[in-house]
Amino acid sequence: MNDIWQGVQEAISLIFSADAEVMRIVALSLAVSISALVLSSAIGIPLGVWLAFRRFASRRLAIAFLYTGMGFPPVVVGLVVFLLLSRSGPLGWSGWLYTPKAMVLAQVIIAAPIIAGFTMVAVMAVNRNLRRQARSLGANNLQVTIAVLQEARVGMLVAVLAGFGRIVSEVGAVMIVGGNLKGSTQVLTTATVQFTRMGHFEQAIAMGMILLTLTFLTSLLWVLLQGGALQES
Amino acid sequence: MSEAVYSLSEIVMRYGDREVCRVDHLDVPPGSITVVMGPNGAGKSTLLRLMGFLDSPTSGDILFRGELCTNGSEPPLAMRRRVTMVFQAPSLFQRSVEKNVAYGLEVRGEENVEARVAEMLETVGLSHLAKAKTSTLSGGEAQRVALARALIFEPEVLLLDEPTSNLDPESVGLVESLISKTVKERGTTVVLVTQNVFQARRLADRVALMLDGTLIEVGAPDDVFTHPQDSRTDAFVRGVMVY
Repeated sequence: MNDIWQGVQEAISLIFSADAEVMRIVALSLAVSISALVLSSAIGIPLGVWLAFRRFASRRLAIAFLYTGMGFPPVVVGLVVFLLLSRSGPLGWSGWLYTPKAMVLAQVIIAAPIIAGFTMVAVMAVNRNLRRQARSLGANNLQVTIAVLQEARVGMLVAVLAGFGRIVSEVGAVMIVGGNLKGSTQVLTTATVQFTRMGHFEQAIAMGMILLTLTFLTSLLWVLLQGGALQES
Repeated sequence: MSEAVYSLSEIVMRYGDREVCRVDHLDVPPGSITVVMGPNGAGKSTLLRLMGFLDSPTSGDILFRGELCTNGSEPPLAMRRRVTMVFQAPSLFQRSVEKNVAYGLEVRGEENVEARVAEMLETVGLSHLAKAKTSTLSGGEAQRVALARALIFEPEVLLLDEPTSNLDPESVGLVESLISKTVKERGTTVVLVTQNVFQARRLADRVALMLDGTLIEVGAPDDVFTHPQDSRTDAFVRGVMVY
């Protein structure tokens, strides 16, 4: 128990002394996570909306694939991205392996289906009569879509938050494709694993505390964004 | 009689193998209230959705002001915007009352929205709730918001799906007088669906009865209520169980 308490105290001191290595890891983690979140949202939200609105022959099959994507084991994604980006792989020419770009790519593959799936459900949960009502009030197809998305906004924000949760907690895939290289691809999760293995518990605890704080602050921001809509529900 | 607003002929609506609505012929005269009566599941709401261009019939023709709108393609936006429908459960957006009422004007890009919304809220007696969230409204208030939202852009046709089914007597009176006033002052054509024979007697210029998905009788209120042609109509208006 004493070791843990001592570790927490040292972790707090590390954070508040703005230790250069810690700050570098935090900065890279934020850069990778935010890039991955923006890209996976840019793919996942339109895909989810499209699947919610469109009716086509193989829609059920497409949704089954999407649900499979939501449960992708990160290490498998890491392995596939590694094989794609390795020197002998089809994308080996890019030189992305063991760079933050490879980590972002893996995280996008993991998070985009989650955001798409939750978005689809949020949009489909909007009462069908509400779409009809908007249409009956004179809305054109685009205006109906906007009205439905406004109604689904709380669920869509939760979809993005779920994607962020998956991204920020990811270890396996980023470890495989990033290599956890100190100073270039080491992020909060992979650093936590490494410091724990090395017995540097104060640094591991500091990483964990920062990770938790970032997650809490993001969740708080999301609650503020949902604002009035949360009160209405 | 001037040209019918709607002229329906040989309309059949099916969901899979199930036939839910059949209308051999129905004309809706302009500037009048046509009340479609019938028990639950009679196909009344389906008929209303067909007239509101929200669904397309499986077969048959719907003429709107003499123009065929069941030719396989979606009716043009300009035509759709002449008709509006108020649903049985008022489908209000999760916004304030005034933003709900403004919606029809905003999607049309009309001007002077704020003043018109204020005037409409005054008409339906909801000025004090302009800023209120719709989730805080009572059933009667919500139904009045839905009606105000439909009336504000002065539609040529107002389709009402059981607009008073969940309201207290005072709210029923208010909504009914608003409907009558709209027809009288603006010449709006109203098609109202109800299970309530007494409401049909109070409001209708023309009455129709639907049973088991089929329009079985249509005519002037005196004819339908006093001298019905069909024995099932006679039973329905006398309150005898017909289903």
